[in-house]
Amino acid sequence: MRSVAVIGASLAGLYAARALRDQGFDGTLTIVGSERHRPYDRPPLSKEFLAGRMTEADLALETDDEDLAAEWRLGVRASGLDPRDRRVLLADGTSIAADGVVVATGATARTLPGDSPTLEGVHTLRTLDDASALRADLVPGRRLVVIGAGFIGAEVASTACELGLGVTIVETAPAPLARALGGEMGTALGALHEERGVGLICGVAVQALTGGDRVDGVLLADGQRLDADVVLVGIGARPEIGWLEGSGVELGDGVLCDSGGGTSLPGVVAVGDCAAWFDPGLGRHHRVEHWTGAVQRPAAATATLLSGGSAPAPPQAPPYLWSDQYGMRIQFAGHTLPGDTVTVEEGDVAARSFLAVYRREDRPVAVLGVDQVRQFTRWRRRLATVNTG
Amino acid sequence: MIPACPLAALPRGEAFRLDTVEPPIAVFHTDDGELYAVDDTCTHQDASLADGWLEGCEVECPLHASRFDLRTGEVDAPPAKLPVRTHGVVVEDGTVYVVPSDLPPNLPPGARARTA
Ligand code: FES
Repeated sequence: MRSVAVIGASLAGLYAARALRDQGFDGTLTIVGSERHRPYDRPPLSKEFLAGRMTEADLALETDDEDLAAEWRLGVRASGLDPRDRRVLLADGTSIAADGVVVATGATARTLPGDSPTLEGVHTLRTLDDASALRADLVPGRRLVVIGAGFIGAEVASTACELGLGVTIVETAPAPLARALGGEMGTALGALHEERGVGLICGVAVQALTGGDRVDGVLLADGQRLDADVVLVGIGARPEIGWLEGSGVELGDGVLCDSGGGTSLPGVVAVGDCAAWFDPGLGRHHRVEHWTGAVQRPAAATATLLSGGSAPAPPQAPPYLWSDQYGMRIQFAGHTLPGDTVTVEEGDVAARSFLAVYRREDRPVAVLGVDQVRQFTRWRRRLATVNTG
Repeated sequence: MIPACPLAALPRGEAFRLDTVEPPIAVFHTDDGELYAVDDTCTHQDASLADGWLEGCEVECPLHASRFDLRTGEVDAPPAKLPVRTHGVVVEDGTVYVVPSDLPPNLPPGARARTA
């Protein structure tokens, strides 16, 4: 293999490029990024960066002395893939033919259906530019409405509250994070907002945003109207895979991959938020939208690419995510399903420092920690052994 | 020399966080019986290495799993990019003492002192 194009210049793309070089690939390496920035760390965008405690330079993922000997094509989007000579078409009219392609185009923030995108003051948060724009709008004294009580929404609410805005969160589901953490723990985490004076309205959908040039309110399905100077739409992300349509790469909720990252097209692998790898444990394709997935999988995917076969699946570490809200450290690892039992094994939910273990037929399947970092680490390790051993 | 804790209070495989100093220092007692001290705060973000996973002479950060060599402070896995500062350790009369380094620390951007 003499040339590889990595499409996507965020965490997963960078790790794939590093893995290629580590695995001895010394051919032409091109990295294409739709944003104009060098690879940066995304999780702080809703936390330290938004609060002004981190600068753009602090987010850099590359080390000062790192040299991947790559050609960087930043600020240009991929628009198509011609399978005949594995040619990646770019939005500026140019194209790159390569022996191998790593798809790492990530995900795009979902917007409200029928949302009028021209209203000023309405934001999503996915990229560095999104975060800079939101940060400029978070002026103390303003009223922020956060639509969606997921991790991004909760973190932005927490940061905005710290910055001195009045904040209300609106969530369609009956409890925040109910799908990720189950209703009981979702409700417990929801209480963190209300304790800080952040409004939390659950079980109600958003009907419309109101305003002239600039947003001035959020209309809810039950007829309520919330005043708003700034709105954050935090209702998740969809995989950025539209550019692969018609290429022959099989798509579903993400680029469908085998358990080693290979796609249906030889010479094309996919990693990161856009990729749905087959998970032998779950018996289905599964998109891991977490930082740890973006870090662990690229080496397996590039091994698949360089070997021309399918590399063995990487060890099944349980998915892990963390969130910082109101100075509390929330960590979650594993998979939970409705019907799992949840028991608090350390600390106390009321004291806002606890560790809860999720079990299915007595087998631990997930763990949630709030300000229990040490115990959480032990449990996360234990889950990894239980589920692989 | 700063007294940290009685040696008896720090069994093998465990860590002690000395948070009376700024920035806090973590003292580790490895399974092989060695004692090491490094800055407690990860160089990537604000995590306490004393809460991490001790394996051999390495500690894995509890947040994003960068591993630091306790002997040298070197980091051998991303996302942390900088080594953690190491300190000397002395045991006298059953008490563990830390001999603080006079080099500058590699603290993460925006580190807050967490003293829980
Ligand atoms: S905080 Fe230690 S690796 Fe990120």
